[in-house]
Amino acid sequence: MRLILTLAILLLSTPAWAHKPSDSLLSLTVQDDRIEGRWDIALRDLDDAIGLDADGDGAITWGEVRSTHDEIAAYALSRLTITSNETHCPTQAPRHVIDHHTDGAYAVLLFTMICPTAIETLQADYRLLFDLDAQHKGLLRLTHRQETTTAIFSQESPTHQFTLSEISMWGQARQYMHEGIWHIWLGYDHVLFLLALLLPAVLRRVGGRWEPTPDFLSAFCEVLAIVTAFTMAHSITLGLATLGLIALPSRLVESAIAASVVFAGISNLYPVLVQRRRLVAFFFGLIHGFGFASVLSDLGLPRGSLALSLVSFNLGVEIGQLAIVAMFLPLAYGLRKSWTYQRLVLVSGSLCIAALACAWLIERTLDLKLIPL
Amino acid sequence: MNGIQTLSWLIATGWLTFSGPSMTSGEPFLPQQDTQVLERLSVKAADPIAREIRALRTGLLHDPQNLNVAVSLATKLIEQSRSEGDPRFLGQAQAVLVPWLNRPTPPSSTLLLRAMIRQHAHEFDLALADLDIVLSLQPANGQAWLTRASTYQVQGRYEEARRACQPLLRLARRHVALTCLGDIAGLSGQATTSREMLTARLAGYGISVRERLWILTILAEMAARTGDASAAEKHFLDARSLGVKDHYLLAAYADFLLDHGRAPEVVTLLQHETRADGLLLRLTLAEQALHLPASKNHTAELTARFAAGRERGPRVHVREEARFTLALLHDSQTALTLAQTNWEIQKEPWDARLLLETALASGSHHAARPVIVWLRTNHVEDMRLQQLIAQFPEERS
Repeated sequence: MRLILTLAILLLSTPAWAHKPSDSLLSLTVQDDRIEGRWDIALRDLDDAIGLDADGDGAITWGEVRSTHDEIAAYALSRLTITSNETHCPTQAPRHVIDHHTDGAYAVLLFTMICPTAIETLQADYRLLFDLDAQHKGLLRLTHRQETTTAIFSQESPTHQFTLSEISMWGQARQYMHEGIWHIWLGYDHVLFLLALLLPAVLRRVGGRWEPTPDFLSAFCEVLAIVTAFTMAHSITLGLATLGLIALPSRLVESAIAASVVFAGISNLYPVLVQRRRLVAFFFGLIHGFGFASVLSDLGLPRGSLALSLVSFNLGVEIGQLAIVAMFLPLAYGLRKSWTYQRLVLVSGSLCIAALACAWLIERTLDLKLIPL
Repeated sequence: MNGIQTLSWLIATGWLTFSGPSMTSGEPFLPQQDTQVLERLSVKAADPIAREIRALRTGLLHDPQNLNVAVSLATKLIEQSRSEGDPRFLGQAQAVLVPWLNRPTPPSSTLLLRAMIRQHAHEFDLALADLDIVLSLQPANGQAWLTRASTYQVQGRYEEARRACQPLLRLARRHVALTCLGDIAGLSGQATTSREMLTARLAGYGISVRERLWILTILAEMAARTGDASAAEKHFLDARSLGVKDHYLLAAYADFLLDHGRAPEVVTLLQHETRADGLLLRLTLAEQALHLPASKNHTAELTARFAAGRERGPRVHVREEARFTLALLHDSQTALTLAQTNWEIQKEPWDARLLLETALASGSHHAARPVIVWLRTNHVEDMRLQQLIAQFPEERS
């Protein structure tokens, strides 16, 4: 009785806890049949489980951790089972690094799992440390096409199941559309190319001078024709490049896009070329399509739903483009009769665009950095 | 302040000014040298406590069915969690007991330990449920009565706590029972007699060091609550001189020093205790009071730690977070919500104080009403709480 009562006394008041209980942080990024994993496990927990402090001096050194890498990987990965579509996904040998979290140093395992087929359902069974620490938790962050789900593994709930295809179809289409819109808005080169071509659309050439178009419809038709030509052209090459039928080096494509903007800007000063704007839009649109394709491939293309993402991305680009046109056209139409528009906006604007694009052209061909954009 | 204190404060200030920011999560890296120390363990392999725990683990490995070894091991681990302030050991203790706890009728010794673990995890109702079973099987289990009393006390259920202490008069040594009762009486309107009684107990024979620490800590806090700063100081110093590592005592002493404008001493006391959230919080409060640059880094560090704690799911240890949010983030509205959540879970004087302070700071005076009513009903004697209540205009009449 005495012994036990002594214990009770020292447990009467809750102490100021040093830190949170034991957690590991598991991050899984799913793409097609692959899972890229990052698993942060506290060194103190690993020391309890497999013993890291070889010399028993109370300090865990990198040398001690390094020499137990195989044991750490074997211990941890044997306690995490990922099954996709009811088949086990084996893990390839991990890389080992270290990170610091708020409660100490963690071993970080970076690994890849390859499942037999593209992942639609994913079941994670987590058994790390529960046998040693009943309050241990595994904090999971599952990322699939930029959408992140979280879950917590505990002794009471060691398994979690995720259905990936459900979030994918519509969510994925939306995601790619979103990317398309942003790409056209933030990719100033596409915007400027389009603007340069559209600037003269509210004017027409009569007797060697610019005159405002008589009605909105003719301006609208002109804009529609240019935008359609540009869209058709870049859709063709975007599709061809994404499907892998044509491939061009990205530096060449980027330089050609810059050149196209220079050309579009300067051509506004030469009435002969102004008449051929639809042709210009189509021809250079082909090049811009390759630029879009490289963005799309950077986003990572799901093999299972290539067509969907291609179409959504393209749709996003068109939406973004239409938004620009919708802002431009009424404004230009309203201003078209003024001297400012005919002289200042058209001539100086085109020159400015050409000058900026010249700088891009030099940057991209010579791989320099001139403009902080 | 005397010369030595001034000097140590200056040294501490200098050390904190030039020490870099604390480690927080960044990019993973590959250490360059094998000798680089990544982590320091709280105990070395050769420490007696580590040896004891290892021996018990080995014993259990050889004889996994041995309940006695399992109970001894779990007990040691719980004890270890207390002195290191590390909740990991609680989870480890629970894991040791799992084979028995999973049985349809777990042995009462394992239920008792689980109750203690649950008490520390602030799962008070679950802890009490475990204790009910233990006491129905073993009505003479003094340990279970004492744990029940302390659980009720944390919940502010003083009458039930008092009743749980009563059987100890028969079941345990007299000073244990009287300390159990005196602690509660001191909270609920009888501080003067309790202090006299407990002080007298200290002179008795056969009191272990741990028990002495327990009594002195209670006395110190009681004296501080009644405004007798010199007695509180003496009890705190006596308790510290026992040489037992105890996070609770350290935190309570730091609070006492902070309340008496002695922030430099807190910096000296806690400058190496940055690992414990609760102690780092008090250190940061002292640094803020002294306008030390280190308070910025430490506030950021605490923000990260509380965020990491939230990742685990529902929070139970919100007292410290409420205090942090009010005093260091100066976000009285969020602090009030946290203090209210905390008040639902536990009702110790500090919990009342935080709710009063956040209600005052955020101007939501009505939020303090439940605390004020509760304090009056239970005749809680606490000078600082009375001073806070006096600041509510509607309470002055």
